[in-house]
Amino acid sequence: MVLLLQYTLIYASVLAVVAIGGMFSERSGVINLGLEGCMVIGALCGALVMNFLPDSTGAFLTVFLTILASIVGGIIYSFMLSVAAITFKADQTITGTAMNILAPAIATVIVKSITLNTGEKKATPYLYYINAHDKFIISIGKFELNWFMIMMVVVVLLAFFVLYKTRFGLRIMSCGEHPQASASNGINVIKMRYIGVMISGALAGLGGIAFINSATSSWPFDAGVLGFGFLSLAVMIFGKWKPLNIFYGALLFGLFRALGNVYTGFDFLANLKINAIIYSMLPYIVCLVVLMISSKNSRAPKAEGIPYDKGMR
Amino acid sequence: MIKIKKFFSNLYKKSAFQTIITSIGCALIGLIVGFIALAIINPGASWEGFKTMSLGFLKVPVKYDMRTEALAKTITRTAPLIVAGVAILFAYKAGLFNIGASGQYTMGVLASLFCAYIWNMPWYVCIVAAILAGALWGAIAGFLKAFLNVNEVISGIMLNWIGLYLSSMIIKGQEKMWWKTLSKCYDLKNVNANALLPNCGLDKLFADYQYITIGVFIALFVSLFMYILLEKTTFGYEIKATGFNKNAARYAGMKEKKNIVITLAISGALAGLAAPLLYLTGIEPWECPASVPAMGFDGISAAFLGGLNPIGTIFSSFFITHISIGGSRLDTSFYTPEIAKIVTSLIIYLCAFVLFVKDKLNKRVLDSEKALVNKKIEVKEENNSDNKEEIKVNEKEENIQSTTDNSVEDKVEVK
Repeated sequence: MVLLLQYTLIYASVLAVVAIGGMFSERSGVINLGLEGCMVIGALCGALVMNFLPDSTGAFLTVFLTILASIVGGIIYSFMLSVAAITFKADQTITGTAMNILAPAIATVIVKSITLNTGEKKATPYLYYINAHDKFIISIGKFELNWFMIMMVVVVLLAFFVLYKTRFGLRIMSCGEHPQASASNGINVIKMRYIGVMISGALAGLGGIAFINSATSSWPFDAGVLGFGFLSLAVMIFGKWKPLNIFYGALLFGLFRALGNVYTGFDFLANLKINAIIYSMLPYIVCLVVLMISSKNSRAPKAEGIPYDKGMR
Repeated sequence: MIKIKKFFSNLYKKSAFQTIITSIGCALIGLIVGFIALAIINPGASWEGFKTMSLGFLKVPVKYDMRTEALAKTITRTAPLIVAGVAILFAYKAGLFNIGASGQYTMGVLASLFCAYIWNMPWYVCIVAAILAGALWGAIAGFLKAFLNVNEVISGIMLNWIGLYLSSMIIKGQEKMWWKTLSKCYDLKNVNANALLPNCGLDKLFADYQYITIGVFIALFVSLFMYILLEKTTFGYEIKATGFNKNAARYAGMKEKKNIVITLAISGALAGLAAPLLYLTGIEPWECPASVPAMGFDGISAAFLGGLNPIGTIFSSFFITHISIGGSRLDTSFYTPEIAKIVTSLIIYLCAFVLFVKDKLNKRVLDSEKALVNKKIEVKEENNSDNKEEIKVNEKEENIQSTTDNSVEDKVEVK
């Protein structure tokens, strides 16, 4: 039971953080389908730091540097979207998709090149970071508290505060609803959208490192992040673009994902003798069902996905 | 001189020419970035590596028909990509982004291989099964989009993963299909040779390369058929109208919801068809990959690089396959084959800018014509012109009108 709670929280923290990133981007009016790609690049940067830091580095410093690297990586990669979609008014769906395909390719090439240069005979897409991995965990009895769980709570609360209680948040929301109206009030729509995408990139990078750090001590980068960027988008739609709802949605999805990891620990589940692959499929099926229920009356930001045109009414 | 200028400005105006220019530009930039990546990883071997990747079969020695074989291999692998590319572009014309093509392709693999291995069906039955399975998977996404307002991109991704796990679960459970020790399917040749696509003598043309089959003709036929369907039929017009303006299409009496489901079903059918064109040639057995197969995503590259035209997709598919195979020939002691993937995915990214570039091109043509008209007017004033020239100027202005119309049409096409 403790294990189920632990895994639920781990996956929920990934989904919540990334979904809130996506929310900021969409609230500013840009659909960030490239979340998956940003996660991969963020994960790559973080994993590289974890791999290369000497084992003697202090726990706090390791955590800090890893997270910093992921966030920076995510932000830099997100510029691919913001430059194309905001400045050049390119199609956001195509751009995001291209980013998602490009990111695992870049990550694989980098990781494989590193393994080649370290003298391995055959290039592998795996990056190992077992020592650094343990520094992210604080054990409380049987429960292993992960730094990222704390991070999730902070991000959710901060997002709630920023979005609803600050001038900046209200401005971002206005850019996603009616950018021409916001511009007429002296808001720089282009700048707001850039910031929105940057926040999404930063949080996606953070989510990426949280994801690959969650259960394993090595990660094959040719697999990307197994569609978690898209699951997060689904969580965001399920959460109706609101931070607290997203948090609840992430807990629900996290639970279903965690079941796949720990179902053998429950007698009644193990006795059902369901194929293990079914459990891997479960989060995606649940996601589809949830989307069916929640999309009909979805209240997406009105101007999302439409390039900002000053002259449009 | 003026004639030449005029010729070029006329050429500029042509939408097809613009498409070709922008596509070649995208491909070139992609290749340059690929070269930079090679140079960063290993400067010494980079030029050789770049030649291997970009020349593909042309770099294979002619001796012992090796080059012909390499060409045949490229053509064999191009065939499924053409169909996948056409699947993407068909849905895109209707305003739907079928990112679920990979899942529909996986379902096509599952259906066709199940028929081939377990039920010992001949190849044409396997193909029909693949088409139906892909259509079903596509129709699910279409149904969710049309009636429950689920974004087809997200549902497509979810269906990709569900399809992948479903196929792995079923195939790995069949002892007749799954070679547990090597963790791949058995060679189809040894299980059911009837399910292999026939050669029809094509192998004789290509130095006895055994994997080249009528799949190539099927792919060419499909792209031609879809071209005619899109350009010359009422149904194709409806599809494009729905893609351009959903509300206008509905107002004109088109059944928009039905069209969404049908479009994604057809797109899925094509993506499903891509599977037997690869796995029924016997070129490689299905290995139940751990992540979603790249075919659907490569199809996106092919569709956009081909200027969203079924005929253009034939050439772009060949180019992408050419680069991918070239990448797999890279010296693995220096490089990894994924560099080719960077090139192809970068091409998709660049293709997103195509509309912007086309707008600029059209604007340039417009500006130069305006300048020409202004010049004429000046000349006219100087010469105390007669009526004839005035008429000419009017003609010119009409021309400009038509070019602006053209650019509007272009937008329709791109949308």
